[in-house]
Amino acid sequence: MEEIKEQTGHMPRIGEPAPAFEAVTTHGTLKLEDFKGSWLILFSHPADFTPVCTTEFIAFTEIHPKLQKRGVELLGLSVDSVSSHIAWVRNVEEKMGVKIPFPIIADLNKEVSLAYGMIHPGQSKTETVRCVFIIDPNQKIRTILYYPLTTGRNMDEILRIIDALQTTDKHGVATPANWRPGDEVVVPPPNTQEMAEERLKQGYKCVDWYLCKKKL
Amino acid sequence: MACISPDGKPTESGTKMLRALQAGLKSPEEIAKETGLPLFRVRSGLRELTQAGLADQKEDKYKLSEKGTKLIK
Repeated sequence: MEEIKEQTGHMPRIGEPAPAFEAVTTHGTLKLEDFKGSWLILFSHPADFTPVCTTEFIAFTEIHPKLQKRGVELLGLSVDSVSSHIAWVRNVEEKMGVKIPFPIIADLNKEVSLAYGMIHPGQSKTETVRCVFIIDPNQKIRTILYYPLTTGRNMDEILRIIDALQTTDKHGVATPANWRPGDEVVVPPPNTQEMAEERLKQGYKCVDWYLCKKKL
Repeated sequence: MACISPDGKPTESGTKMLRALQAGLKSPEEIAKETGLPLFRVRSGLRELTQAGLADQKEDKYKLSEKGTKLIK
């Protein structure tokens, strides 16, 4: 058990403060606190110069302008060196014509990987799996996604989660399954019988007292 | 180092930030707006420029140091 903990490190949870770090990146030394006030997507990939990771980095670059519009920064990570990251980024630009605009952490000593539980020994004892941590402007973890080594991430879903979280924060509502911006949102369920009865008279579209939706 | 090259000279982004400080005391947010650099880059860059003695921190704002002023002239 102790051996597994040593290999995996801390497993962060949604709602917890994001673990602080200071790390060498392709854009210089960055601290988590440098991102305070912005949303941050911290994501790990198994290794540079690998096929699935390359397609993901191109896909992250494609959604980068959309993320910027939403006030979201991107920060990649793997346990490769900064020289390897620079060589890979240059190779992607040269061979695929895509300039990676965001920094990548060179987590050679696995300090950040272990703090965020990015190493899953059942998949690989040396590489990070495909993790996504969505961290809010107050540096609290709001979403965690883990993908296996063989499955590239879905950028639409990442954008959808950002839209859902920002809608929740702005309007104090929840979002139903498969929600997309513009769809109806879920009104938080009532806490008392009185509120439940009042809810039905408030003009929401209610299936029953516990499931009411409205347009924003 | 993103703002200071191994030879001790400021990089392009480091120079941009130093030039922004020429007008006087500025916050990282103001420098980001003026230079077009992301705020996280400005925060980490100001750390480097301060460590290199090119900028001075005064509470939440920054200004050029004597060394920084000479360098940017």
